[in-house]
Amino acid sequence: MTTATAKDPTMTQTWQPLCTKADLVAHSGVAAWIETPEGPVQVAVFYLPAGPDMPGPPGQATELFAVDHHDPFSDANVIARGIVGDIQGEPVVASPIYKQHFRLADGQCVEDESVRLRCWPLRFEGERVLIDLG
Amino acid sequence: MTTPTPQDLIIIGNGMVGHHLVEQLVERGTAAHFRITVFGEERHPAYDRVHLSEYFSGRDAADLALGEADFYPTHDITLRLGEGVSRIDRENREVITDQGRYPYDSLVLATGSYPFVPPIPGAETGQPNRLVYRTLDDLDAIRAAATDARRGVVVGGGLLGLEAANALKSLDLEAHVVEFAPRLMPVQLDDQGGTALREKIEELGVGVHLNRATTEITAGDDYRYRMTFKDGEYLETDLIVFSAGIRPQDTLARECRLEIGERGGIVIDDECRTSDPEIFAIGECALWDNRIFGLVAPGYTMARCAADALSGPFRGPEPAGERFAGADMSTKLKLLGVDVGSIGDAHGTSDGAISYRYSDEATGVYRRLVISGDGKRVIGAVLVGDNDPYDTLMQYAQNGIALPEDPASLILPSVEGAPTLGADALPEGATICSCHNVTKGAISETIDAGACDLGAVKSATKASSGCGGCAALLKSVVDHELEARGVEVDHSICEHFAHTRQELYSIVRVEGIKTFSELIAKHGASSTPSLGSSSAPKLGSSSAPKLGCDICKPAVASILASCFNEPITDAAHVPLQDTNDTFMANMQKNGTYSVVPRIPGGEITPSKLRVLGEVGEKYGLYTKITGGQRVDLFGARLEQLPDIWSELIEAGFETGHAYGKSTRTVKSCVGSTWCRYGVQDSVGMAIYLENRYKGLRSPHKLKFAVSGCTRECAEAQSKDVGVIATENGWNLYVCGNGGMRPRHGELFATDLDDDSLIRTIDRFLMFYVRTADRLQRTSVWRENLEGGLDYLKDVVIDDSLGLGEELESQMRHVIDNYECEWANALGDPEKLKRFRSFVNDARPDPDIIVTEERGQLRPA
Ligand SMILES: Cc1cc2nc3c(=O)[nH]c(=O)nc-3n(C[C@H](O)[C@H](O)[C@H](O)COP(=O)(O)OP(=O)(O)OC[C@H]3O[C@@H](n4cnc5c(N)ncnc54)[C@H](O)[C@@H]3O)c2cc1C
Ligand code: HEM
Ligand code: SF4
Ligand code: FES
Repeated sequence: MTTATAKDPTMTQTWQPLCTKADLVAHSGVAAWIETPEGPVQVAVFYLPAGPDMPGPPGQATELFAVDHHDPFSDANVIARGIVGDIQGEPVVASPIYKQHFRLADGQCVEDESVRLRCWPLRFEGERVLIDLG
Repeated sequence: MTTPTPQDLIIIGNGMVGHHLVEQLVERGTAAHFRITVFGEERHPAYDRVHLSEYFSGRDAADLALGEADFYPTHDITLRLGEGVSRIDRENREVITDQGRYPYDSLVLATGSYPFVPPIPGAETGQPNRLVYRTLDDLDAIRAAATDARRGVVVGGGLLGLEAANALKSLDLEAHVVEFAPRLMPVQLDDQGGTALREKIEELGVGVHLNRATTEITAGDDYRYRMTFKDGEYLETDLIVFSAGIRPQDTLARECRLEIGERGGIVIDDECRTSDPEIFAIGECALWDNRIFGLVAPGYTMARCAADALSGPFRGPEPAGERFAGADMSTKLKLLGVDVGSIGDAHGTSDGAISYRYSDEATGVYRRLVISGDGKRVIGAVLVGDNDPYDTLMQYAQNGIALPEDPASLILPSVEGAPTLGADALPEGATICSCHNVTKGAISETIDAGACDLGAVKSATKASSGCGGCAALLKSVVDHELEARGVEVDHSICEHFAHTRQELYSIVRVEGIKTFSELIAKHGASSTPSLGSSSAPKLGSSSAPKLGCDICKPAVASILASCFNEPITDAAHVPLQDTNDTFMANMQKNGTYSVVPRIPGGEITPSKLRVLGEVGEKYGLYTKITGGQRVDLFGARLEQLPDIWSELIEAGFETGHAYGKSTRTVKSCVGSTWCRYGVQDSVGMAIYLENRYKGLRSPHKLKFAVSGCTRECAEAQSKDVGVIATENGWNLYVCGNGGMRPRHGELFATDLDDDSLIRTIDRFLMFYVRTADRLQRTSVWRENLEGGLDYLKDVVIDDSLGLGEELESQMRHVIDNYECEWANALGDPEKLKRFRSFVNDARPDPDIIVTEERGQLRPA
């Protein structure tokens, strides 16, 4: 699939610990702070587990997503506090300020083609959540 | 024939129809070809005479004015108010007033009509008791005469007379109606209809005296005047309003020898030209086919015809101008709060006409249906007490729609509600809005031209902007037309549920569903195929589960909270909430939050007030008093919220739900405890109500207020629920609104004791919670409620649906399960986990930058 994940999965990956599974809130988001070679970044981390209780992300290979926490429309750091949902099956988060939707898979803004959040691959390793900063 | 220099067009009369003519000329672009002068005898610019009576219930002359104040100057039209025309000189083509002579090329008479006062000794011109009901000045005179008066009499029991009687009542007079004929509204109603109306009106405390011809008015013994009747009986009164019919104002036309009808009225042809082709007459002064039309809709039609005729020389031959072809005189009104409707041949005088009658003496409802001799069409109807069938009957009559097998079913009450005529059954030519002559066909055309919702159709056609009577019909036609074009007028809440909010509410109630996941699993929409977007093909099957979205999740969260009132921060509910509910604070534009503790009724001790000051200072919060009589603390960062709230809760505060679609505040005035006018303890009641309903989640926010007397300092009539103290208890107002679309609350019940007040509010609120749309305030809900206020009263007060008990017990459940959400969250470390700036770092968000202004911090 053609997501905008920063890295081609076949290339060497540089996974580093981000937080623990216990820090996450199922079907919702939390914010995390990471230092990258380009400077510090605030990421919004979403956890959409499939389970008996709650449907998982439709048709997605992963249940973890990381996109920019910074909302380009309001210029505030709030994306992790948006409501998670889907539009025609695509998982999205709605900005809590002006309500634009961003696709979790590739950060694309649904209402404005020219706006896209950055995104990063995440995975579990035991109880730890790892992020690939490339 | 075009002329190089503009011609002079004079319009005499700036009433409803004269004004409409000017608007029509402007709309056609014809106004620019003329130098237009309008003369108005009254000192007010054209106003809405149809709603004249509202002058006594709060609207002033400015509210009633038609059109914008600068309309005339903007279009270079001269409006000469307070200058009556005294003569028309047809030979020299001039009109003459006491201020001068004005030349005309074309002239329009729109002089309306005047009230007829029977020649009774003691009521001659100039007598102070000779009051009439036609203009704003007349109403001022009535108001002046009503000071110090106890009783008022209206002579004439027709439509206007009854309206005048209502006005007298609203001036706190004991009102009586004296009618010459043996029944009320003799023109529109039959005997039985008149009797039903009489009973209803007497119930309202208005005296009705039929078969009474007044022979003399003299000085009275106990009241100012004595009216003596032909049969020797008499009635004393302080004030007399004559409403014994109207006469066309044709004096000018008579004097300049235009053709006049036998019983008055200026004779016009289909183009509205009088016997002098350069002179037009329109509105109530005009006589067409030997008939006068005393309603505004036919007057507007005449204005359009005259505008077309005047525009003729300036446009091509196509399309041909509109011709006046008579008008339907059917009416639907509320007189003294009683529904009255009359359609077509109400008396069944046509050859072979067959009548059906239905009468319910218990509720005073009377209906008569008149059908044609061949049994094929509706030709008339009379309705008293309930106008629900009016729209449907009117469409049958107007459009000659074939009758159902059993015509009586049209007027019989049916168990599931009256069968209404679907929009699809109407022919293209069916008139939907008679005020602006908008047909179903015209509505389809605007939709084809791109109007894609009700609002767009309204602004394109003006439909429903006259008397407003067609609003419900218009909506159903627009919905139907949109649906017919495949525009889904989708009533489902979003793509995840093919249900309305109301349906979801009952599903949740009936099946006892307590979580979103259960609801979407059982009742979610079957998966819609992905739109052919450019994004990747789906890995999952088309039956992939759905997550919901930012529309349905908060809506369901609100429904679940209304029904079960479990803490919204519980794990199953937290992902459903808007950020404001999740963090139990209002997010501001820079991502910080505002904190609003509850201050019930706006009453606060000095020491608690001090705590607010201390907390504000300690956390650097910007502090402002809200319109809801409490204090808002702005600028709290996410990670500060729990600390701020522990301090507030420690001091005895609770959450104020300023973030929720839920009960906000109950505003109150100081009431009888301090105020010298107060008649009840408004603060005590406000605190009680606020504590009772705090935490009630609803389709939208709820605001309340309680005033301690009729001076209404708490502005309760602008709230969803407004309570105003009376000598005997409380008056309850509902469905008011402030904000963008202000709406006065409507008086719902009077002089309630404490218990009945609370029971009524319980039921009202729960009925709203149950039946409103997502994000629909009570005001909008009420406006869309079929059956209106009367229906709401039936359900809430008279318990017509047998729901009372259930609504009360549902409210009791919400109240019993109330818990301060902040206290609950502070007691649960799991819930507090979310209040961290970053899950892996304790630093605050460095991008939140503030600056100082007027001694406080604000976002930079
Ligand atoms: C209380 C009330 C309730 C009504 N309710 C309804 C209703 O529910 N539905 C409905 O369809 N209709 C209703 N009507 C009737 C409706 O108001 C009239 O049909 C409509 O106003 C007629 O408009 P018009 O312009 O012909 O006359 P008007 O509105 O009367 O205007 C005529 C104007 O011409 C002026 N004028 C007269 N002579 C001269 C002169 N020589 N020089 C200068 N100016 C002059 C008058 O002062 C007046 O201002 C109601 C009327 C009243 C009074
Ligand atoms: C997004 C913008 C807005 C936000 C976040 C907001 C927020 C609030 C909040 C939290 C309250 C409640 C205060 C309390 O509970 O004591 C309130 C009250 C009020 N708001 Fe707003 N508001 C907004 C816009 C508006 C607008 C546009 C209007 C008017 C057109 C308005 C009119 C009012 C009024 C009149 C009150 C007082 C209600 C009362 O007296 O009971 N608000 N607002
Ligand atoms: S509403 Fe009446 S009781 Fe309340 S403050 Fe005003 S005057 Fe006083
Ligand atoms: S019929 Fe009067 S506004 Fe439409």
